[in-house]
Amino acid sequence: MDQAIIKTKDLRFSYPSEEGVALLVLDGVNLEIQQGSFVAVLGHNGSGKSTLAKHMNAILLPTGGAVYVDGMDTADEARLLDIRRTVGMVFQNPDNQIVANVVEEDVAFAPENLGVPPEEIRRRVDEALRQVDMYEYREHAPHLLSGGQKQRVAIAGVIAMRPRCIVLDEPTAMLDPIGRAEVLRTIQALNRESGVTVVLITHHMDEAAQADRLVVMAGGRIVADGAPRAVFQRVEELKSVGLTVPETIQLLWHLRQAGLDVPLDALSDEECAQALFQLLSGKEGKGFGSDS
Amino acid sequence: MEAILETHKLTHVYSAGTPFEHAALTDVDFTAYRGEYLGVIGRTGSGKSTLIQHLNGLLKPTSGQVRFEGRDIWESKARTRQTRFQVGLVFQYPEYQLFEETVYQDISFGPRNMGLDEGEVDRRVRQAAAFVGLSEQALEQSPFELSGGQKRRVAIAGVIAMEPSVLVLDEPTAGLDPVGVESILSNIRDYHRAKNATIILVSHSMDQVARTVDRLVVVENGRIPFTGAPREVFAHGAELARMGLGVPAMTRVFHRLRAMGVDIDPSVYTVEQARDAILAKLDRGPHKAGQRLCGEGKKEPADMEFSASLAENGMEHTPSDEGKGAE
Repeated sequence: MDQAIIKTKDLRFSYPSEEGVALLVLDGVNLEIQQGSFVAVLGHNGSGKSTLAKHMNAILLPTGGAVYVDGMDTADEARLLDIRRTVGMVFQNPDNQIVANVVEEDVAFAPENLGVPPEEIRRRVDEALRQVDMYEYREHAPHLLSGGQKQRVAIAGVIAMRPRCIVLDEPTAMLDPIGRAEVLRTIQALNRESGVTVVLITHHMDEAAQADRLVVMAGGRIVADGAPRAVFQRVEELKSVGLTVPETIQLLWHLRQAGLDVPLDALSDEECAQALFQLLSGKEGKGFGSDS
Repeated sequence: MEAILETHKLTHVYSAGTPFEHAALTDVDFTAYRGEYLGVIGRTGSGKSTLIQHLNGLLKPTSGQVRFEGRDIWESKARTRQTRFQVGLVFQYPEYQLFEETVYQDISFGPRNMGLDEGEVDRRVRQAAAFVGLSEQALEQSPFELSGGQKRRVAIAGVIAMEPSVLVLDEPTAGLDPVGVESILSNIRDYHRAKNATIILVSHSMDQVARTVDRLVVVENGRIPFTGAPREVFAHGAELARMGLGVPAMTRVFHRLRAMGVDIDPSVYTVEQARDAILAKLDRGPHKAGQRLCGEGKKEPADMEFSASLAENGMEHTPSDEGKGAE
């Protein structure tokens, strides 16, 4: 596999509190994220997942251990600009991330600050807006867009910096189902077509299921790490850390509890329906072949 | 069932007479019954927020009426004011509206405005805080020191403290994690039961409303195309998906099964219902439904099972799913 673009080594972080009692949020996180991968980080509120995300482009610095972005130690202030150019960040609330009155000006904001020449900015802005499918809205006012559209503009603003990795901290939490689907499609296309490494922080199981790799956080530690299909089979374990699994797997798990022989890795609607179909037709024995 | 809040041919036009004129609601007849737990679903821009803002007189109809306990809420100023105390509205992201120095003061703002005496205000603040699971110590803290989920509770308590007979909540769980979602929903349920209050829960999360409410109203394009018990509404799976509403995962899976030729009632929407339906089909469940594979799409008597599982799911407030179906 390629080199790790993000690497955390025994990462510990505690927020200072007034009484001087430090609140430990990350308790020894070791994680390597490979260039070009799509990794989802799942965890309930307070699990440390957002704090972990904020270490990935030096918004927060470790209080113990270290974080390396493309080999650069995030604690090295001299490399801060390079680190931020390598890893871009998208947050939950689109309204807090949009600064300009016109979509394309908003997208141009970061490259302007990086001192990119004007004609290059033009090129990057157009390309970024096309990638998130918002090109036709380039002259619109951001505040009149839907949540999903605003969030895609925010993503375009990050892409225009040409980062190799994008970290998205619950980008769909404030969106409706249509907005969520739009953003997720955009993220997937960025990863697959442009090869951008994606780290998606989420508490939506169905979004996490789309990733290549799923990292589950609880109590400031990584408690599970693997392909979503494999991780979601650990139903009891996930429940014990306040998470659920997608409903498709919950159903199959319940049927297993009832003593039925069903696979536990049927993640999509289609796979789940197929598994149920096998179960039902097997029982009835009416000769349903697997016609799919 | 006695109607507590109704709209009659409610129409609302934004920016009337300008080039931006836009009808957000057209001839909407909406009814909420006393003591019911009602879900309102619709995508962004469907008109659902416009609808609920009429329910306590925040917006004035362009035409048509809003009636609370049978009387037009706009018939006099006093009537409008009274309705605002009786119909409590919790906005989206209400935590952004906290402003007081302590949680206690913030929650007491509403009841104080009602002109209640100090003793009554105090009782209500403490009771409202208890409903949303805020501790006594939290009452003396600044609301701005609290976590997002806690702030949301404070904001909800502020409305509950007015002890409205109708509580309308616009996306009360948006942005919370699954544990936070369940906890807020159970707080709302507690208030519903304790006060026999009418709850109107606005959401775009089908999975969530499906598990929570007695009855659903779907808003689309400024109108109400469907209303009924969740399983009746979810039977319109394809139309709901076309409207951009997320249909519960179990409903989607069962629709697929049907498309594969399995004769099964696709109106399930929770994992438990799906499990029971599959077990019943395998003759393993408590109810043996005489269903066969590969029928001609004939409806089998699955209603018994659904009623049973509805009861199991703690929806015993549903007096009659059938009767309330069509309005």
